[in-house]
Amino acid sequence: MSHDHDHAALDEPAVATRVRALADRLVENGVLTREDLRARMDWLVSRTPADGAKLVARAWVDPAFKERLLSDARRAALELDLDPGPSPVVVALENTATVHHMVVCTLCSCYPKALLGPPPDWYKSLPYRSRAVSDPRGVLREFGLELSEETEVRVVDSTADIRYLVIPRRPAGSEAIPEEDLASLVTRDSMIGVAPALDSLPA
Amino acid sequence: MSFVVGEHVRVSDRAHVGHHRTPGYVKGRSGTIARVHASYPNPETRAYGADGLPEKRLYHVVVDGDGADSVYLDVFEHWLEAT
Repeated sequence: MSHDHDHAALDEPAVATRVRALADRLVENGVLTREDLRARMDWLVSRTPADGAKLVARAWVDPAFKERLLSDARRAALELDLDPGPSPVVVALENTATVHHMVVCTLCSCYPKALLGPPPDWYKSLPYRSRAVSDPRGVLREFGLELSEETEVRVVDSTADIRYLVIPRRPAGSEAIPEEDLASLVTRDSMIGVAPALDSLPA
Repeated sequence: MSFVVGEHVRVSDRAHVGHHRTPGYVKGRSGTIARVHASYPNPETRAYGADGLPEKRLYHVVVDGDGADSVYLDVFEHWLEAT
């Protein structure tokens, strides 16, 4: 088989080619430097859902902290020495027995990156973005989450400057689990609102 | 125009050429103010290199629906009309 074409260029997804071209233009025109881009990417990949999980675990064990988290998530993150990132503002939403929040960004991929890390690919996909607002229960079912009719599903579309973080319900029977271990029950998907928190500690 | 929590509003259904943060599915629909956020630079001018000033008030709106489930989203003041 002959290999007379440029593999790197052909195998690169179209979106990556566009992103690279855009980055090149921004650098050429002095809007950003390569160092700015690298620093931003380094920051992004250094973020993980573990930070969001710490906030949720503290909220589960400390009702006063939960109130502070609900009223000002940025200040609550700073209180735990977590980096809430530059603006945008994060707002925490509490799931209860009767209300289930599920977060989407129908316009692009807005996500609380400082506290959850980079968004998963499915979060950025057109099917999730369009169906989350038109058929939320169908989407949740595909994630394996079947909610009773008594539970109101609130889809929250992050269309502007606010980023939303879901506080999942604390699993029944987790009263004896210490806070550090509780954080292990708080998955990324549970903070997006497409899954419950884990029932038991991962093996 | 400014609004308070609980106020009923309608999202403008006007067309807008260029970047804006009001999704098509909500244009022309009614809803209720659920929260009043802070004010932020206007993305419609900021997207084109301007400073986005004056800042626009941002509102958390729950869209009127017929079922028990609901959609909440953030809409800037200049896209909202009193009903």
